[in-house]
Amino acid sequence: MGFPHKPHPKETVVLSKYFGEADARTLKGWKKRGGYEMLEKALAMEPTAVIEEVKASGLRGRGGAGFPTGLKWSFMPKEKKKTHYLCVNADESEPGTFKDREIMRWTPHALLEGTAIAAHAIRADVAYIYIRGEFTEPWAIMEKALAEANDAKLFGSIKIYLHRGAGAYICGEETAMMSSIEGKRGNPRIKPPFPAAAGVFGLPTTINNVETLVAVPHILKHGAAWYQKMSLSNPKSTGTKLFSVCGHIAKPGNYEVTLGFPLKDLLYDLAGGMPPGRTLKACIPGGSSVPILNREESESTLLDYEGCVEKGTMLGSGGVIVFDDSADMVYQIMRLARFYAHESCAQCTQCREGTAWTVKIMERILAGQGKTSDLDLLLDLSDNMTAKTICVLSDSCAAPVISGIKKFRGEFEAYIAGKKRSEAA
Amino acid sequence: MAEQLVNLTIDGTPVSVPAGTLVIEAAKQAGVLVPHYCYHPGLPVAGVCRMCLVHVEKQPKLAIACATQVSEGMVVNTQAAEAKSARQSVLEFLLINHPLDCPICDQAGECELQDFVFQEGRAGTRFAEYAKRFNPVEDFGPDVLYVPNRCILCTRCVRFMEDVAKEPVLNVSERGDRAFIGIHPEARLDHAWAGNVVDLCPVGSLLSKDFLHKARAWELDKTASVCTGCSQGCNVTLDLRDSTVVRVRPRSNLEVNRYFICDHGRANYRWMNRADRIEAPLVKDGGTLRAADWDEALDRVKALVQGAKGKAVTIASPRASTEALYLSRRLLSRFDWTGGFMLVMGEAAALHGVPNLALRAERAPNGTGAELLGYQSDLNAAIKAAQKAAVVFLLDEVEVPVETAGSLVFAGTVLPDHARNAEVVLPLANVAEEDGTFVNRDGRVQRYFQAKPTPGMARPAWWALGELVALLEGGSVPSAAEHVFQDLAGSVDAFAGLSYGALGLIGRKVQAGAGVPA
Repeated sequence: MGFPHKPHPKETVVLSKYFGEADARTLKGWKKRGGYEMLEKALAMEPTAVIEEVKASGLRGRGGAGFPTGLKWSFMPKEKKKTHYLCVNADESEPGTFKDREIMRWTPHALLEGTAIAAHAIRADVAYIYIRGEFTEPWAIMEKALAEANDAKLFGSIKIYLHRGAGAYICGEETAMMSSIEGKRGNPRIKPPFPAAAGVFGLPTTINNVETLVAVPHILKHGAAWYQKMSLSNPKSTGTKLFSVCGHIAKPGNYEVTLGFPLKDLLYDLAGGMPPGRTLKACIPGGSSVPILNREESESTLLDYEGCVEKGTMLGSGGVIVFDDSADMVYQIMRLARFYAHESCAQCTQCREGTAWTVKIMERILAGQGKTSDLDLLLDLSDNMTAKTICVLSDSCAAPVISGIKKFRGEFEAYIAGKKRSEAA
Repeated sequence: MAEQLVNLTIDGTPVSVPAGTLVIEAAKQAGVLVPHYCYHPGLPVAGVCRMCLVHVEKQPKLAIACATQVSEGMVVNTQAAEAKSARQSVLEFLLINHPLDCPICDQAGECELQDFVFQEGRAGTRFAEYAKRFNPVEDFGPDVLYVPNRCILCTRCVRFMEDVAKEPVLNVSERGDRAFIGIHPEARLDHAWAGNVVDLCPVGSLLSKDFLHKARAWELDKTASVCTGCSQGCNVTLDLRDSTVVRVRPRSNLEVNRYFICDHGRANYRWMNRADRIEAPLVKDGGTLRAADWDEALDRVKALVQGAKGKAVTIASPRASTEALYLSRRLLSRFDWTGGFMLVMGEAAALHGVPNLALRAERAPNGTGAELLGYQSDLNAAIKAAQKAAVVFLLDEVEVPVETAGSLVFAGTVLPDHARNAEVVLPLANVAEEDGTFVNRDGRVQRYFQAKPTPGMARPAWWALGELVALLEGGSVPSAAEHVFQDLAGSVDAFAGLSYGALGLIGRKVQAGAGVPA
């Protein structure tokens, strides 16, 4: 349910139930809504039992990669010899995504509760909640909630700290986030070693997304079977997911639906369809890093991990960016590439040079100075930027370029043929 | 030491390497050099240049050879089409903002960007934009210039300063294609070992001011040598242009200096090119020195040694070779002999990231060799003994005046004023002009090699003194430094079992527990 929208009958409101209720932000208000009961329950459970329950639920990471959460937790050392860390990824910076922000704004205690349960499950002594630097309001709300919860001594021996990012998109990449928490430049690290073996400060670490963790208390409350049953299409995709819908859309906002929900219904029913007189041209369903869908694909996509892959894209973070028929796809793709060129950490050659070169070629095309061969060049560069670097920022820049040229080649060709010229570039 | 060996195949060649070995190192055993920039065996792995992408069977993606450990049965193909194409694309990306100013770049000829582009790069550019990234040259420190336009951001310099020098003054500043190597605004790159960043830089981005525009890489003749800067005994390469030493670079020796040398050692070469050398033997004639030929000079020394009785003293430079020290002692073997060497002290400077590696306070490349051969570091005792000695032998540059009632013989490279009252002056080769050995502070005997001809009639000490010994004792004149070392190994316990062949390029330790010979 996307504040300030009323819940739509087709929504399955679990995580977003208290969005818009300021009272839910306080400890008292949260407890009144059943808050922290599941933490109490979890702390009385064996950590492995919590992991098994989450494993059975089918919960998968909501940050973008969709890795099974329980399985990830089980990678932590069986025998605890050193300090364990939990890092909560609240550095939500993926263009088009704004679900974690709303979770923190309205239900900060839900995140703290999920965090403490996860920390218990992986036997973490310390949890860092890494909050995006620009999130001033969520930061203030989280700070207040944490202080209240700490005063009430809710977390036992688990220490929870808030860590504020400094505005780098790349710090949302889990290994870059660990570098950043350590006080270093937020550069992604090569894997192996994987975080569960050597993470933050070289110690066993698990990184989870905000939305993933707020689902955990619900799983404990209603049981893994209940969660697993929430699946409209593929049984490997379970539970509810918040989709942030933005762009050319009548009612932008967050919508919570069961996985497997048709993208078409999300766009036309829940989010109110296109602006008056407009038709759908394209849609990016999982944040700016995933391939673009054209209208036909968008209208037949089922929103779960497998359904998106089937259409050649990814569920990603659930940031749905909508383009109507007025959109200049060449310009839009250039803007995306410019974002990645700006945010590249500069470690890997392909990303550092490739993202910027992509922008230059796109700008040249927009300025009416493109050549026919530029499209093949862009595709070749994008191919050279895919699956060859430490993290996937480079791939993320390539994805919209490749899919954009494939699906909207005519728009590129119009610029190259001199039929169109952008003032904006 | 039971090491677990792992068997794998690299480009069709089977290799067995210890578990934990990186593919890039294992490939070397198969005779395959995987192109790379950020990887350096002396630095922590970064895995950022993505140049060493290779195909590994059963892996979904190309792997970087520098960060992939070997596993049993692994099949690596460095020449797979997709690996080659991936590397070619990295080279293309590296070149789009590279100025291609090779004709005026010091690195040209020894540039890894040139080499790998030549080997597997694209013939032409697809970068149609007019402007390349431009940043002005920066002065990083006493001997280091940074040319950002040529930088490929491999971060070797950053990692060296951070993890090896433990003085993290460099970083990567900015992001994306605006990135460059930054220096702390209040710091200079003036660490005692900072010069290594110039060697580590695979391109011409970090340059030595000392070497700037001095020579083209292909004009240089390279000779293995040992640094004379202190008692550490770092292995070096002397780079010469037209028989002039123009640069000293580290030569890897994992037992001594790994891949590094300090700036003191790096700068310690100009004296090798001194023009004020003694070019002919000199003999005293009517109170002044006059030029003579070698036969006359050696006969004079022979007569002088044979005619004298009582005490004899040798005072040696700490830069004298083990061979020279051995021969000069043997020359005076029938005397009551005292030997001393000059030990200059300076400031020590450790390279904190490498155990047992430092610029040592003892600025004596062969102090240990001298001690093993019976020379004392207590120079005053030798100077005092010299006053009443019948024969005093000064071996190479001894910077303190030595007075004697007896006869003074000077053998060295340049003639100090205080040695002008010598009976005979023998012109010797310096370290760049002869073969020889030094013994470092840990007792490692290391060879250095002749890099250039001696000036005029000067001879290496092993020859000049070897001939003198033959004149005095009978026997044959040595025809190579190696023969002198053979004699030395045969007669001095500490050197027993060693030979030039056994020492090779990285040296061997003297016999454990072998004391100073009687």
